[in-house]
Amino acid sequence: MDVKNLVEELGLKVLCGENLEREISGCYCGDLLSWVMSRANEGDVWLTVMGNINSVGVAVLADVACIVLTENAALDEDALKRAMQNDVIILQTDKNSYQMAAAISKLI
Amino acid sequence: MEEVKLHYDVNAYDFICAGEASGKLKRSLKDLGFDATLIRKVAIAVYEAEINMVIHAEGGVIDATITPEDITVVLADKGPGIPDIELAMKEGYSTAPENVRSLGFGAGMGLPNIKKYTDEMDIETEIGVGTTITLKIYNK
Repeated sequence: MDVKNLVEELGLKVLCGENLEREISGCYCGDLLSWVMSRANEGDVWLTVMGNINSVGVAVLADVACIVLTENAALDEDALKRAMQNDVIILQTDKNSYQMAAAISKLI
Repeated sequence: MEEVKLHYDVNAYDFICAGEASGKLKRSLKDLGFDATLIRKVAIAVYEAEINMVIHAEGGVIDATITPEDITVVLADKGPGIPDIELAMKEGYSTAPENVRSLGFGAGMGLPNIKKYTDEMDIETEIGVGTTITLKIYNK
């Protein structure tokens, strides 16, 4: 399963990312950046409501497959710019993190 | 591979640039061909220390020395110092102000994460003078 499949299966909105062919290995939910950085695994889908520039930094360092902003959480302009520079895929959904995680667990 | 030395400046209270030094270091290690697990460890530890400098210490400087055997990173600031290192090392203990917490920081995981991802960690701190953290990660 890659990010492209995830977007198609769950009808997610793509806010940033051109190449969506990144393999997904798991999923992690969290909004505290240090916590996420230390616990999320490489290749995870990261579900969060934090759409700021530092989330992008954490996504790069933890090497997650993509960020999914749940509950239509907004993506800051600075964050979008940084994400484009670093090829970070950012998706968005109106579902909350629980609903999203439950849906993802059925797919992977 | 020869020894490689890198230097980065970290600005105070600049949450837009925060993470740039660790990001650049990560890319350099990737270019030098280090293993992904080692790169992740170095990147996380240095990011946490960098963020600490931004939040607490009015910025500072980062110097990394890279050899085939290990990566050593020295992070020095002229901040307020850490009054109680033992307490600061506790998971969940944080003195980050509310505006910083709203950005997703201040989980009280900074120093514990640094310890978790490094093989050697040394903190020298003096109240009102500053803090120097030296990290070493072996290339096993």
